[in-house]
Amino acid sequence: MSISYIDTDILIIGGGAAGCFAAVEIYKRAPTCKVVVMEKAHIERSGCLAMGLNAINAYLHAGQTPDSYVSFVERHFEGIIRRDLVYSIVKGLNEAVKDVEEMGLPIEKNEDGSYKVRGKRSIRIFGERLKPILAEAVQRTPSQVLNRVVATNFIYDGNRVCGAFGFGVRNGVFYVIRAKAVIVATGGASGIYKPNNTGEARNLLWYCPWNVGTGYAMGIRIGAEMTSFENRFVALRVKDVNAPTGTIAVGTRSKQINARGEDYLERYYQHLGGNKCLTHHRLLATVEEKKIGRGPCYLDTTTLNEAEERRLKEDFLNMNPQIVLLWANKEMNPRKKPVEIQGTEPFVVGGHCQAGYWIDVERRTTIPGLYAAGEVAGGAPKKYVSGSWVEARIAVITALEDIKGVVLKDRDDEAILREKTRVFSPLTKKTGLSPVMARERLQKIMDEYAGGISMNYALHEERLLEARRLLKSLKDRMGDIAAINNYTLVEALECIDRIDVARILVEHLIYRKETRWACYQTRLDYPEKDNSRWLTFVNSIYNQNTDEIKMVERPLSS
Amino acid sequence: MSIFIDENICNGCKGLPEARCERICPGDLCYRKENLKAAIRDQSACWTCACCVKECPVQAIELKLPFQICSNGSSLKVRLRHDKTIWTVWDAEGHQEEFFIQARSLKGD
Ligand SMILES: Cc1cc2nc3c(=O)[nH]c(=O)nc-3n(C[C@H](O)[C@H](O)[C@H](O)COP(=O)(O)OP(=O)(O)OC[C@H]3O[C@@H](n4cnc5c(N)ncnc54)[C@H](O)[C@@H]3O)c2cc1C
Ligand code: SF4
Ligand code: SF4
Repeated sequence: MSISYIDTDILIIGGGAAGCFAAVEIYKRAPTCKVVVMEKAHIERSGCLAMGLNAINAYLHAGQTPDSYVSFVERHFEGIIRRDLVYSIVKGLNEAVKDVEEMGLPIEKNEDGSYKVRGKRSIRIFGERLKPILAEAVQRTPSQVLNRVVATNFIYDGNRVCGAFGFGVRNGVFYVIRAKAVIVATGGASGIYKPNNTGEARNLLWYCPWNVGTGYAMGIRIGAEMTSFENRFVALRVKDVNAPTGTIAVGTRSKQINARGEDYLERYYQHLGGNKCLTHHRLLATVEEKKIGRGPCYLDTTTLNEAEERRLKEDFLNMNPQIVLLWANKEMNPRKKPVEIQGTEPFVVGGHCQAGYWIDVERRTTIPGLYAAGEVAGGAPKKYVSGSWVEARIAVITALEDIKGVVLKDRDDEAILREKTRVFSPLTKKTGLSPVMARERLQKIMDEYAGGISMNYALHEERLLEARRLLKSLKDRMGDIAAINNYTLVEALECIDRIDVARILVEHLIYRKETRWACYQTRLDYPEKDNSRWLTFVNSIYNQNTDEIKMVERPLSS
Repeated sequence: MSIFIDENICNGCKGLPEARCERICPGDLCYRKENLKAAIRDQSACWTCACCVKECPVQAIELKLPFQICSNGSSLKVRLRHDKTIWTVWDAEGHQEEFFIQARSLKGD
């Protein structure tokens, strides 16, 4: 197999929301800068935005201030967020949205041209084509886009990230890309836990099934500090098709009801705030209703009129066409039958929650030369798509400044050979340990011992210690994972990355001995929130040589 | 099943180095068989995202839900125009509903 050597100024890994925005931003600010975008799929339809979006969930409407916005996010995350990061995002939201509107994104407006208020912090968009629109903007720049090239590891000299390695799925080529700065924007991680759909429907997930946490894993392996993996995200979604409930709840003001038709939040969960409760308490209440025997729970859509039903379908076609297929069925019509909701399996994401790289406010990770933006960056929950764009902009500004005077590192042929051997070794194996077997093993361990769906998301020490042990032995088997073609080779590499992410996740879950975010992180053995001890960030640093994971705490204001 | 490819309609994107559905699938699931007809390598890996459905110029691909979660056999197809997306949804009885949705603002909007 051949090797392709490419040198560039800035390498962007992941051409999703953040990655595409970053590429466009670099050329606005530094037209002569050389940029490579390395994308696992094709930037026209990749990552979370592949299906499209119907709303921008983070926007600063008139009447809100950055301070009120930051306080809202802080309240929803039980007091733990990086205020500095969230603040820097909020300040840039409206400008970033304007930029994407100018690229061609249609946004719902009032007659005076201002954006219509959808929810307190959101606007309605017609975003089926959002990803192609972003990709076209990238294609108008001179950036070199490498589609179907999967990043496998950073080029790291023990001190600095000097580029990355990649595998070309189409051509089988091994890529060695040297760069003065690397921006990682590979999104979060799905497929760590057993999903609620199985068999033929196993990938009908909410989160993009091909964002598997490789960006986290690459950072973990070189000892980058990670934060808040224990702040998992479990989404309350339309059962089976995993369509976001917000489209219905915000769009039509439908109430959550239980199997008896009761407005259960208002009736039984006043202590959590009733209908005004936090996002994770909505989920908690729904899980509780199920346990008590008052489930299933629903969004009551039976009061909608025909025009509202049609509008709702249009909104979903822009983001989740699956639900419209479900509704194309007399018994499932939302005006006749309320829409059933349930929790998904847990995900590790930095866009809804805050798992990710520990970064400074300029988006530098703890490893020189490496910057993070979007879902892969930690500490700033509720950033969503628009916050990911803002982070991309900030990372670009910092990287452009930092690369002044930096020269490309000499090629290290030994390191290249080592990584090439690692990447291609599954193709040389014939043991019969397939990526499917490895993935299913991982998902079973995580589901049963690290608070998956079958455990109603609950955690406790004994099970977590078992998860730790089982994951270690699963990792030790990865030397036997076999692939028969390029497609299964990518699946094999994904398994290895997911296991690295899962091991860090379990250490975070063991470490935080309190219950901070119900369902996302419920400890049966420490059921209370303990502000006197745990108003702190839980971070981790992995040492690849000793296979040790060091846990560290960081104060809230750092 | 999540997508159904009608081999009678698929023209194999003749002349292109890579079929359009193959080029676009975010999970790298579509490919061309030796007879130049498109196929999906693993139905269970499909996200049901409809990207391939949108990309096919002759509407050879239909989106369906796996039987496990919906047994009624509804389906949909999509046509992309520069500034709008046209959806056709069929229910189990074959009743059809169409949607014309703005997808891009034109210059001067
Ligand atoms: C179904 C769904 C609906 C959503 N709805 C909304 C909404 O309505 N409003 C809103 O504001 N937000 C919404 N979000 C959140 C929003 O989409 C994300 O926050 C945003 O896309 C994150 O941007 P990102 O660049 O970090 O990740 P992505 O946009 O997912 O980009 C990551 C990119 O990295 C690539 N990649 C992954 N691994 C590798 C690798 N090893 N090598 C190379 N490339 C790699 C992926 O292919 C992908 O292109 C939604 C998310 C989902 C999943
Ligand atoms: S629906 Fe999406 S995931 Fe499934 S084959 Fe088509 S493009 Fe790929
Ligand atoms: S895009 Fe359509 S015509 Fe082209 S190969 Fe795929 S299914 Fe066939």
